[in-house]
Amino acid sequence: MTDDIALLLRRAGFGPTASELAAARAAGYATTVAALLEPPGPDIGATSAPIPELGPDPYAEQPDPSDDQRRRFDATRADQLAQITRWWLDRMTVANHQAVERLLFFWHGHWATSVTKVKSAQLMLTQHRTLRDAPDFAAMTQRMVVDPALVYWLDGQRNVKGAANENLARELFELFTLGIGNYTEHDVKQAGRALTGWHIDLRSQRCVFAPAYYDGGRKTILGSTADFGAASLVDLLMRRPACPRFIASRLWYRYASSTQPIPARLREAMAAAFPAPAAMLRTLFSDDAFRATRGTMVKQPIEWLVGVMRQLRIRPANIPAATLTELVDGLAGLGQRPFAPPSVGGWPSGPAWLTSAAAQVRLSLAGKLVNLAVDGRLTPEDVAYLLGIDTWTNRTYALLRQQRNSRLLMVLGTVSPEYLVT
Amino acid sequence: MDALTRRRFLRASGIAGAGALVTGGAGMSLAELLRTRPDEAPAWTRQKVNRLVLVTLYGGNDGLNTVIPYADPAYHSARPELAYAPEEVIRLDADLGLNPAMRRLKKVWDAKRLAIVLGVEYPKPNRSHFRSMDIWQSASPSRPATTGWIGRWLDGTQATRETAVSFEPVLPPVLAGQTRVGSCVSYRGFELPSWIDAGTVSALGRGQPGEPEMQARAAMSYADLITMEHVIHGADKAVESEGTVEAPTGPATATGGDSEIAAQLELVARCVEVGVPTRVYSVSLGGFDLHADERGAHQFLLGQLDAAIGGFLDRMARTEAGRQVVVVVYSEFGRRVRANSSDGTDHGTAAPVLVAGYRVAGGFYGEQPSLTDLDNGDLKASTDFRDVYGSVLASVLGAEPARYLDGYQPHALPLFPPGR
Repeated sequence: MTDDIALLLRRAGFGPTASELAAARAAGYATTVAALLEPPGPDIGATSAPIPELGPDPYAEQPDPSDDQRRRFDATRADQLAQITRWWLDRMTVANHQAVERLLFFWHGHWATSVTKVKSAQLMLTQHRTLRDAPDFAAMTQRMVVDPALVYWLDGQRNVKGAANENLARELFELFTLGIGNYTEHDVKQAGRALTGWHIDLRSQRCVFAPAYYDGGRKTILGSTADFGAASLVDLLMRRPACPRFIASRLWYRYASSTQPIPARLREAMAAAFPAPAAMLRTLFSDDAFRATRGTMVKQPIEWLVGVMRQLRIRPANIPAATLTELVDGLAGLGQRPFAPPSVGGWPSGPAWLTSAAAQVRLSLAGKLVNLAVDGRLTPEDVAYLLGIDTWTNRTYALLRQQRNSRLLMVLGTVSPEYLVT
Repeated sequence: MDALTRRRFLRASGIAGAGALVTGGAGMSLAELLRTRPDEAPAWTRQKVNRLVLVTLYGGNDGLNTVIPYADPAYHSARPELAYAPEEVIRLDADLGLNPAMRRLKKVWDAKRLAIVLGVEYPKPNRSHFRSMDIWQSASPSRPATTGWIGRWLDGTQATRETAVSFEPVLPPVLAGQTRVGSCVSYRGFELPSWIDAGTVSALGRGQPGEPEMQARAAMSYADLITMEHVIHGADKAVESEGTVEAPTGPATATGGDSEIAAQLELVARCVEVGVPTRVYSVSLGGFDLHADERGAHQFLLGQLDAAIGGFLDRMARTEAGRQVVVVVYSEFGRRVRANSSDGTDHGTAAPVLVAGYRVAGGFYGEQPSLTDLDNGDLKASTDFRDVYGSVLASVLGAEPARYLDGYQPHALPLFPPGR
């Protein structure tokens, strides 16, 4: 089914170009799933967007600056954040391995860490690399419990023997590995003890273990008793049946439906492929239940923006700095600035994105994007082709046909209800 | 969690606007509904108190450092670094006082228009931000619900879309019903880009038969954008022409600038003053999840809250429509009695709920939980949260409480005496 292939590409990546869609249709559904999840060879497109070298965080060299230094340091940090933001948007846009980039975006939302508290672009980029390099979810979790950005975000560096701070332990259970209902308050308190002893070294961008602050005593967590520390705690969590199921349901929530629960049968099938996320996604994409969710997912603002840029051949790397700032501010207005999720619970979903406030920001943002790309004459059919839209409703088609200005025509295409939902 | 536990927290919660259908089918927009506004005041405006402003504090507000048991030695010994010395506290009586940042609310208290309901919680407290906030917003403590308590009232009264309005960036679960849902309105303004006209945007907002629900909602957001532009502009004009508010009262007056809670309440004030037929407003302030270095940040947030609500109540006292407004302030939980090792507090349980307005009978309600008779280090609740909701449903919304509280029969609190 060609329609299924369009759905697959829209969900697995950031919005297919017309040529990607045509190639996938020629290859067929199963081949496309395999090509998305096990892309052959290096990502040629991504080679033009290598991970930036930021240089040191100014605060790493001078942790206790004067007021004047502080002003300069903060300006440097803001500039570094702008660099990684531009880079990530660029990478999402030019990468050929779209499913890999989309999955990274998923993990960013899963481990939802925000630069608004962490402050250091270096630490955010270190976390990004960690997520990118992790071979599977178990290895990822091992690295994330001692990831300096996450630890700082959840006050882990303040969690010491004798007076545990439970913030990290609680969210590790509730939001990152098991889900609510699969642990007790006692487990949270004991896990907090297991996670003591780590502090952040800004210079090396690592968490360093300090035995003096570690609570080495016995802990009973989820029914097991041992001298748990960070690594053995994660091992324990990975062995819980709730963990694969929870990750399966989170993937379903972001790739298939944020309003309908995952069917139990599919959840078990995906859990069987744990901890390899690509294998879990393959099971999801190959299931009829996935295809049945057509028309129910609202594009997240970054998905929308990157999709438009891919389809209109706009490269963030080439956008003037002032314009790029406006685009990122626009994303913030829509509620989704990269590296700055609004809550440790992750991004909003579904109808939450469809407010009148967002409608206004989206119109303005679409105007800026289209100005960067569209010249010449377009028809409603051209717009549908470029944006990969199957059919317009009568409403939108009639409106598009009235337009004499090609840019306005394209703006209306990118903000149309048909384009906002997959 | 971040110091900014955001108001935009809608996530995997059972509510999240799930299943809430578009009112009256995809083709109905707020603009059309507003045009049906009656020329004469509807019956509910004759009620003494008839409009609710729900203020949600996201992140878990530390109740013990908001309404402070300053005279209790146990308070000082449990959190020596965080506790306020008796001389810092704004005293309300011999036992309890307000955080030093809450000077304006003290004036409201002195005017006997601030009620403080003590020790409010739901049964079997949950310490997850998300689950706990779901429970507060759904008023369904025993099982996950897909509707909010206001959402069910919207369903039950077959309310129109402007009946409940949120000035938050995303729709809060409390306003989601099965068949009705509140409107979400930005305080950032509604001006369209110069290159597009309202007619074109409205055309994009027309619903189509058989369109998928999410697509219909996307369309409706454009229709609502045009409507709200109209409503807010209307509010501006009416404020100026009727002269109901003296000159200094504007966006920046007496609210401490552009903090978001102040901006949200500014819009509520305008809507109330021009008679927009909204019964329930939802506004919020985030950032209360202070696991570390709590004291200064918490005091700053309470200062923002105090300035915004204090300014709002002053303004509301000046018009008859404003005097019919009641403000209710709550958070998903209070915090642990004992401080943690990072000069912050972890997630706790019961906390005070503030109820304020011109016709509210000020004073304390319920009992301050003991600081020594604890449940695993946490306060024991003395008041069920549905007793507050029940009083609001009965006295402000004119509804039968049990119908919207899943059969719970609330113990009415005498917050809204008839003579006042």
